[in-house]
Amino acid sequence: MLKNEEIQHLKKVANQIRIDLIDMISYAQSGHPGGALSAVEIVTSLYFRVMNIKPSDPKWEDRDRFILSKGHACAVLYASLAEKGYFPKETLKTFRKFQSILQGHPDMRKTPGVEMNSGTLGNGISAGVGMSLGAKLSNKNLRVYVLLGCGELNEGVVWESAMAASHFKLDNMTAIVDFNKLQSDGEMEKIMNMNPLSAKWQAFGWHTIEVNGHNFEELILAFEEAKKIKGKPTAIIAHTIKGKGVSYMENKPQYHGTYKMSSEETRIALEDLTKERTVI
Amino acid sequence: MANVLPLRQYYGDALLKAGRENKKIVALDADVSKGTFSKFFGTEFPERFFNFGIAEQNMLAAAAGLASMGFIPFANSYAVFVTMRACEQLRNMIAYPRANVKVMGGHGGISVGQDGVSHQAIEDIAIVRSMSNMTVLVPGDPIEVGQVVEAALNYVGPVYIRLARISVPNLFQEGYQFKIGKGNIIKEGKDVTIMAIGIMVKVALDAAAQLEKQGISVRVVNMASVKPIDKELIFESAKKTGAIVTVEDHNVVGGLAGAVCEVLCELKPVPLEKVGLQDTFAESGDETELFKHYGLDTKDIINAAKKAIARKKG
Amino acid sequence: MQMIPTREAYGEALVEIGEKNKKIIVLEADISKSTRTIYFAKKFPERFFNVGVAEQNEMAVAAGIAATGKIPFVSTYAVFASMRACEQVRTFIAYPRLNVKIAVSHGGLTAANDGVTHQATEDIGIMRTIPNMTIIMPADAVSTKKAVIASVEYEGPVYLRFTRDSVPVLYDEDLKFEIGKSIMLRQGFDATLIALGDMVSKALEAHNILKEEGIGVRVLDMHTVKPIDKEAVIKAAVETGAIVTVEDHNIINGLGGAVAEVIVENELVPVKRIGLQDTFAESGEYEKLLTKYKMNVVDIINAVKLVIGRKKYAKK
Repeated sequence: MLKNEEIQHLKKVANQIRIDLIDMISYAQSGHPGGALSAVEIVTSLYFRVMNIKPSDPKWEDRDRFILSKGHACAVLYASLAEKGYFPKETLKTFRKFQSILQGHPDMRKTPGVEMNSGTLGNGISAGVGMSLGAKLSNKNLRVYVLLGCGELNEGVVWESAMAASHFKLDNMTAIVDFNKLQSDGEMEKIMNMNPLSAKWQAFGWHTIEVNGHNFEELILAFEEAKKIKGKPTAIIAHTIKGKGVSYMENKPQYHGTYKMSSEETRIALEDLTKERTVI
Repeated sequence: MANVLPLRQYYGDALLKAGRENKKIVALDADVSKGTFSKFFGTEFPERFFNFGIAEQNMLAAAAGLASMGFIPFANSYAVFVTMRACEQLRNMIAYPRANVKVMGGHGGISVGQDGVSHQAIEDIAIVRSMSNMTVLVPGDPIEVGQVVEAALNYVGPVYIRLARISVPNLFQEGYQFKIGKGNIIKEGKDVTIMAIGIMVKVALDAAAQLEKQGISVRVVNMASVKPIDKELIFESAKKTGAIVTVEDHNVVGGLAGAVCEVLCELKPVPLEKVGLQDTFAESGDETELFKHYGLDTKDIINAAKKAIARKKG
Repeated sequence: MQMIPTREAYGEALVEIGEKNKKIIVLEADISKSTRTIYFAKKFPERFFNVGVAEQNEMAVAAGIAATGKIPFVSTYAVFASMRACEQVRTFIAYPRLNVKIAVSHGGLTAANDGVTHQATEDIGIMRTIPNMTIIMPADAVSTKKAVIASVEYEGPVYLRFTRDSVPVLYDEDLKFEIGKSIMLRQGFDATLIALGDMVSKALEAHNILKEEGIGVRVLDMHTVKPIDKEAVIKAAVETGAIVTVEDHNIINGLGGAVAEVIVENELVPVKRIGLQDTFAESGEYEKLLTKYKMNVVDIINAVKLVIGRKKYAKK
């Protein structure tokens, strides 16, 4: 069980990451807020509790790896990396701008802490298969985490990776589905229904765990459980709310895509998040 | 000619040899390891060999993952699949981040024969050449296959190696040395330069021999490094012979012809004729029949050479 | 000057043509708001299919629909149509010459801040090397509508490339648009600018500045990259003696490549290619990217002077 203080601390971090990513997207007048907000607790759990990493030494060989397969949500990754100290927070203001280290979609050659390119959906999990194979081949005990969107699961290559990961018995690999039930054009069930999700992953030979993706305790227990599963990879289906934390964005598909936030929208978003901070 | 084996078999040998010397090499295949001959590597080093099944997109993105862990993946399948089915993975996961992945596309060109259009890659060189950061190598004989594998291994960055299904005898002399970015003059001449790649180098040499008998002096260049291409040698050949013929088992749009045209236009425009698929798909058939019908035969090279020379005079 | 993204004009054109032609079917891969197929979806929901984020399936499904005699327009971003679904486009659409119109947004650096993953800078090269493909990139909103109509009248596979960002409106409604026939926007005899898509307006700017310096430059809108208007290219070579190609694409295999391939087989003149110099770009505002990657008006002007210089040198 997690101590209450620790959960409170993670909540504070998550809240700060939300504030930073809204700031970034608002400042850039471009970016994908909805799917970044839904993934905040998942990414925070990984970077601030679960993963074995050294921000001062981003290339440390034995580090755990994180791949944001849903690359468009990179605001959450960049904000987390900055919060963790991979680069100064001021850098966040350059997001998506000319000559920035923070590209519109993740670029492993430009951003410290970014492990793999992504942005065209479905490929990150395949790269995760390669990394997990590489880790096993080098007899390294590290773990590979891949975060996917639920709309992303439409891509055929995801299922090529799913079958390979179980075939190669990649128990060092954990995939997390940010199951916010919305994709770019609308509700997942209406655009391209992927239900039943857990059953699909199980049929591909994965161990599955369903959790509330905004609940740190459930998330962290799931990550701990995944570490103990031998002989097969684990998929964590994390039920989330797209736009989580910003009142007018929650469960609204229109906040998926490249979004120009008005100053009023930014004000309300930051007000929501500041209120949340006082509650914590 | 005695014991002539398919070029890809020499590739299999070269990969195995490299694997013995360098433990960082891993081989990936997509259920065609007998066709790509990566099975040689797979048999000796099963722990460093991964068969991804018929899933080329996953194979290439996974190769990027392996490269990020410090390994040197050689990813093998047919050219159609590694350059087209997995085109976007090649571009976004390998070319863009300059991942140290070597991609081998077997079954390039119409020489694939009976399998027909779906398996005859005639666009692969152009597709990969369009991608920044990529190196494109098309070896022409068994010796060069070994040298290309070695060069790809010594170069840090993404490489595409294109092979063919059919056999070619040893063409190049003792002491032949392939280098990335360099063409090789196989035969000197002054009236026209024939620039060829892959299995067409042999056909080009046959055509050159016949042209010599007719009193036409032909330089033959093996342009195995299609990207980066040897601009100096193109410029020098244009200056010296004043006419060029490109020869490839590939569409004349965008491939070797495209590369040479682009260089000539910027440096020294001279008459150029293109031998290859004339922007059409081919069909199933024996490779000799296909070469005759689609204009990749010795006589097509001879005619193209004469046409280029005539344009120079006119 | 009125500024409209050509994807917007595409969305409107689909509705207009969908009204008249009931054979038109639209396929989408989860980005209908961005590609603007949402206008068609709202008007004709029974002829609109969203296949989700699955472009490979989208292309092969389109091939199936075309085989039944319908005319599918398949929309997504250029990166996905030409690369994620490359093999499906090649083997299932181009090879059997199915009547599928692949209409894509986010061509070139107009994808701007989204960065390299979404900036298609190889798509024309890839499509051009595939036999049977017709490739069109209109320069503005007016020619976009005409191009959509022309592509419906043409039986066979077409790749239509649109911009994400706004571009100036250059043409009047009475424009005559024909696939494979370039449009001479400005006459001139010192050199020719052969331009494509969003770069046509840049070429016109270069023309104006050069005119003030006494240099007369012909400007061709080469909206159809394949089949390229050989006649106009050769005529430009003969009459002006020097060519600069201008495209929002890698200089390898795109418009520049197509023109170079025509030149060496016909009229030998110097050609300079303006475009992305075989490098990936980065996230950033469109204009800043054009400047950094040497694709802006000043670079076009310098290129024109360079080829004119080489032309004179060659004549000596």
